[in-house]
Amino acid sequence: MVTAKTYHALTVDEKKCIGCIHCMKACPTEAIRVVGGLAEISKERCVDCGHCMRACPAKAIYVEQDDLKIAKTFKYRVALFPAVMIGQFPEKYTENQIYAALLKIGFTHAFEVEQPIGILKESMKQYCKTSPNNKPHISSFCPAIVRLIQIRYPSLTENLIQRKSPHDLGAHFAINELKKQGAKEDEIGLFYITPCNAKISSVKSPVGEKESIADGIINMNDLYNRVMQVINDKGAEDTSHLRENLSRDGILWSLTRGESIHFGERSMAIDGIHNVIKFLERLENEEVPEIDFLELRACDQSCAGGILMTGNRFLTVTRLERRAKRYPQAWKLKDSEAIKGSKEIKQKLIADKIIPKPAFSLDKDRVRALEKMNRAQRIICFLPGVDCGACGAPNCQALAEDMVNGKAKMSDCVFLQQMWEDEGKISTTKAFRNVEKKWGEKRFQADCNKRGKRNEGF
Amino acid sequence: MNLEFHIEGGNFSRAGHASSEIKKMLKQLGVDSRCIKNIVIAMYEAEVNVVAHAFEGLIQVHIESDKITTVISDKGPGIADVDLAMQEGYSTASKKVREMGFGAGMGLPNIKKNTDELTIESTVNKGTTVKMVNHF
Repeated sequence: MVTAKTYHALTVDEKKCIGCIHCMKACPTEAIRVVGGLAEISKERCVDCGHCMRACPAKAIYVEQDDLKIAKTFKYRVALFPAVMIGQFPEKYTENQIYAALLKIGFTHAFEVEQPIGILKESMKQYCKTSPNNKPHISSFCPAIVRLIQIRYPSLTENLIQRKSPHDLGAHFAINELKKQGAKEDEIGLFYITPCNAKISSVKSPVGEKESIADGIINMNDLYNRVMQVINDKGAEDTSHLRENLSRDGILWSLTRGESIHFGERSMAIDGIHNVIKFLERLENEEVPEIDFLELRACDQSCAGGILMTGNRFLTVTRLERRAKRYPQAWKLKDSEAIKGSKEIKQKLIADKIIPKPAFSLDKDRVRALEKMNRAQRIICFLPGVDCGACGAPNCQALAEDMVNGKAKMSDCVFLQQMWEDEGKISTTKAFRNVEKKWGEKRFQADCNKRGKRNEGF
Repeated sequence: MNLEFHIEGGNFSRAGHASSEIKKMLKQLGVDSRCIKNIVIAMYEAEVNVVAHAFEGLIQVHIESDKITTVISDKGPGIADVDLAMQEGYSTASKKVREMGFGAGMGLPNIKKNTDELTIESTVNKGTTVKMVNHF
């Protein structure tokens, strides 16, 4: 398989980062350390779940996105967006009004990516049928979960369904539809509007695919604001022809149980990355009953709780459920023109095998790894075990592991420093300098603006 | 590297604690994931066996660069006929234990399937010692 460099969407803004430990504590893969008063994200361990971004009181962690200006170079400018986006808007706005606003912003076409979902569903089912050995089959829908499995549960990569995501489905469908209208492929610019940063990374450096299909990525949060600026709640042109292939199943696909409901009785859906981790631990130990299909999503309430979504996730779910009722079930669309001509799309939804990328080994050489582990075990005896994070590592165990890998020192632990000072082994000045090095000079200056999370409006 | 874990008889909610700890460590050592899976499955089964049948037990783990040796010793009823217990489906588990989803008689056979070397010593009314070795 061709592996492009792993792209990560999360970046720490050094000007805004106040060097607190909220992100570090929230990270499910212990990918963050605080060094020199700034948070650093390890590319190797980051799964792009966005929990750090959610936890940051200073809004210092941001996602990169493409400049919408590049869209102007295309004759056909397509906004591809998941159905979940519609759920953010207050119900007083109709679908037609939201679509009209998208066209007003500068797009020529708008497509919800979950149409026609039947193609993807059938393709996934076909994969499950032809690979009966890798049960439970795990959906590769959520890119943060795919990366989590790659780095932390390598033995389960074989269980991942080798099929692409709805955004690929939507992209191929949009291209087909536009070609029917006489468009040439190089005249079409596809812009994916994403509800989360994990999707950004998966579009920029797809796992199990050779190259990305989208020409640009737009942050949904940003787009929401743009739409709200131009939306008109009085009448709008009828755009229902753009939703001819949208179904109830498609609208619900990105919500919790949206996939698993189609995969029989022995299927399960789990949302929230910490819940997923707890379950995968058990699954790896074969401590769970026989399951055929697993839908795993990093965000609570799945994409409705996406990090780039605006508004309350539960309200979004309710709105989408209400909206879905107005649409036919996917199977009722099976005779539509789009599905009939879908053989080619079906072929394009097949993804490459997903390879494991374990990121938790202490050393490539096992003898050395064992030595390091022994050393870390001895070090841990001297650490306080309160997991305060004042050393810049998320817990004492992580600090001990950083030490044996030469990334941290005994003196990083404030408890040990205190003890050494008391025993006269280290001067007060030296101890102070050590802490200052870790947290930066600013930590020790009086400043009424640095007040901690509780006073940052949370 | 030596590690010890205590097992409390009858406490099913704690079962799996030791195997999860060991799994994390084996991942840090970069052991092949299939191999880790076998070890963890065997260890979990052994842990559940002690929880389901014995009063208390001790897991001693010795990790070397090429293999892991696990000795699980318990104070309990012991196994009268080890050969019989090795057969799939044979179980002496109580109704209560079965109702909790354990005691299907797959424990020892499953351990054997997932280990490279397995020895079981048992004295009735005293206890059982299971020794398992897995090469990486």
